[in-house]
Amino acid sequence: MGIFKKFFDKLKYTFKRTELNDDFYDELESILISSDMGVETAMDIMDELRDVCKKKLIKDVERAQIELKQLLIDKLNVQPVEFDYPMIITVVGVNGVGKTTSIAKMTKYFLNKKKNVILAAGDTFRAAATEQLSNWAEKLKVKIIKQGEGADSAAVVFDAISSMKAKNNDVLIVDTAGRLHTKTNLMKELEKINNIINREYPEAKKMNLIVLDASIGQNSIAQVKAFKDSVNIDGIILTKLDGTSKGGVVYPIINELHVPIIFTGFGEGVDDLDVFDAENFVNKILM
Amino acid sequence: MALFSSLSERLNHIFSKMTKHGKLTALEIKEAMREIRVALLEADVNFTVAKNFITKVSELAVGEEILKSLTPTQQVIKIVRDNLIELMGGENQKLNVSPKPPTIIMMCGLQGSGKTTLCGKLALKLKKEGKKPLLVACDIYRPAAIDQLKVLGKSIQIDVFERGTQNPVKTCKEAITYAEKFALDTVIIDTAGRLQIDEKLMDELKEIKKAINPTEILLVIDAMIGQEAVAVSKAFNDALDVTGVVLTKIDGDTRGGAALSIRSVIGKPIKFVGVGEKLTDLEPFFPDRMASRILGMGDVLTLIDKAQEAVDEQTAKELERKFKENSFDLNDYIEQVNSLKKMGGLKSVLSMMPGLGGKLKQIEDQIDEKALERNKAIIQSMTAKERANPDIINGSRRQRIAKGAGVQVSDVNQLIKQFNQSKEMMRMMKNPKAYGGKMAMIRKLMGN
Repeated sequence: MGIFKKFFDKLKYTFKRTELNDDFYDELESILISSDMGVETAMDIMDELRDVCKKKLIKDVERAQIELKQLLIDKLNVQPVEFDYPMIITVVGVNGVGKTTSIAKMTKYFLNKKKNVILAAGDTFRAAATEQLSNWAEKLKVKIIKQGEGADSAAVVFDAISSMKAKNNDVLIVDTAGRLHTKTNLMKELEKINNIINREYPEAKKMNLIVLDASIGQNSIAQVKAFKDSVNIDGIILTKLDGTSKGGVVYPIINELHVPIIFTGFGEGVDDLDVFDAENFVNKILM
Repeated sequence: MALFSSLSERLNHIFSKMTKHGKLTALEIKEAMREIRVALLEADVNFTVAKNFITKVSELAVGEEILKSLTPTQQVIKIVRDNLIELMGGENQKLNVSPKPPTIIMMCGLQGSGKTTLCGKLALKLKKEGKKPLLVACDIYRPAAIDQLKVLGKSIQIDVFERGTQNPVKTCKEAITYAEKFALDTVIIDTAGRLQIDEKLMDELKEIKKAINPTEILLVIDAMIGQEAVAVSKAFNDALDVTGVVLTKIDGDTRGGAALSIRSVIGKPIKFVGVGEKLTDLEPFFPDRMASRILGMGDVLTLIDKAQEAVDEQTAKELERKFKENSFDLNDYIEQVNSLKKMGGLKSVLSMMPGLGGKLKQIEDQIDEKALERNKAIIQSMTAKERANPDIINGSRRQRIAKGAGVQVSDVNQLIKQFNQSKEMMRMMKNPKAYGGKMAMIRKLMGN
């Protein structure tokens, strides 16, 4: 693919250089930027790599590569999230990042863990969103609480919690309308959903997960920030890693906003979901 | 619609620094170029595209002419702007129309780029232009994708042709026969989202293309896409030789660097931009306007277009007369609120105003679009007499109006106060000399 060689090809090419000079670091920086890491983060990481190499008296590219990999892994390590039941997961994110598919995948994940799952079709805004989730619910044989298009999503959530309590379900996953984070009224709706959950089921473990599309660039940072302004964000589901996208934008998100990645999605099948693993993630980036 | 506002804020900042210096040195240009490069990269412009752009602009900017010029800043802005326009393809390009109907428009792109919604938007736009579109649902993979198109089609009263999960190539052929039979002149085909590296699905697109020979193959790309923009557009173009690009979801605080990258890499024009979630939110793409917007020079042309669509000429003339006679009343106010809404709301209008640049964000935070709606409700609770002559609104009338509109009396008071203030403003604008000092102050507030 011409100039768009995979990260590792570029790295290999770069590391063929034998000397750790400015050209070497510049080239490496451009590779990091091309992974959507952002200029600032890429420059910071380069500075750190320079420091490390200087401190450890590293002069060859092979060892510099190992250091870089370690740096990249370390930066992704934040406090891991514990699942606790009963649990209510509210899934948020802008349009088209793969919220509904991610919900289906998470459902499968918890079903595999022998948990009892129920879904709430809280996206009452987009045409046919409820149908899409219902299709998944049918395939996965789980219960779904829904109302018609244009219904009050908080009411759907209220019903779902009642049902969850009655049936002693372990996990409730709430779908929400994909919203561009600049639309305040839709964000308000999200706050309302959160309030309902807190009020109706205070003893349940609550988690708000944001779905991010790995092919999106620096805008993902703004997305997390904006959602964080109205509701608490506990973690990231990073989708569409099966393409050539690197998802490097999670670096500034983790460093600045301290939101950990929980799951990674890499396909359209229900099993195409992994619990996030920093080393695997970086390995994939470098492979 | 704060499109590119972050980038324009940055460039404004760079250039305001340059303005303060007056004349530029080669070193200063270099510094400015470095900052422009960072700004472009932060706007998700592809690394290579940004690099080439900066190299080109630097060469032009460091020339002798610039350094001797009296207004080097303006010249640098012009060079940057001209090159941005060139990078984005020069002029607006319209949709191709087939000489023999139906015109076939095929959408393609990654999952979640907004193809289905775009199909609805485009169909509605073409319908408004007097065309008879047919929507064809060929996304047989995503659950409920067909339902989504059917719901969209129903809401804009446009036929949706679907054959369930039947082979898309077959469905397309049947749809065209259907269109010919019922004299529908434009066929819009929604295809499944796919990764550009998914060979099987890319082959499916090639087969559809071969079978129906579309007039337009539009590549739909999320304006928020990162460095991948180039790899994605290149792969789709290599496979299908697309005829154009549509950028969607440009209404977040999307910086939209993709707009800069795509054209320069695949050489195909961006034809439309999707600017919101409503089905009317589709605009033609104008590189020159976009470049102006990037540079914080406003987008007056789009504003004028929108105003013309929202307000008919007679109403405008009538309003002008009222402005002149200062007989503008609350009925006209409602009319204004409605037009403003048709133009996409106050924020949208403001984002196109020139000279606001960095101040836009500040102003935006203070705007409460709901207040406009509230005011409308208040006015609608008034009698015809009260609307025409707000002076007669006394205490008991205020209470009645507040009850009717479901607001507090203080809200009614505030509206009347605001209305009187704007009347006062209009008087001043009509006769600026008499109010010289105040007008200068207002101009200053407006940033001129």
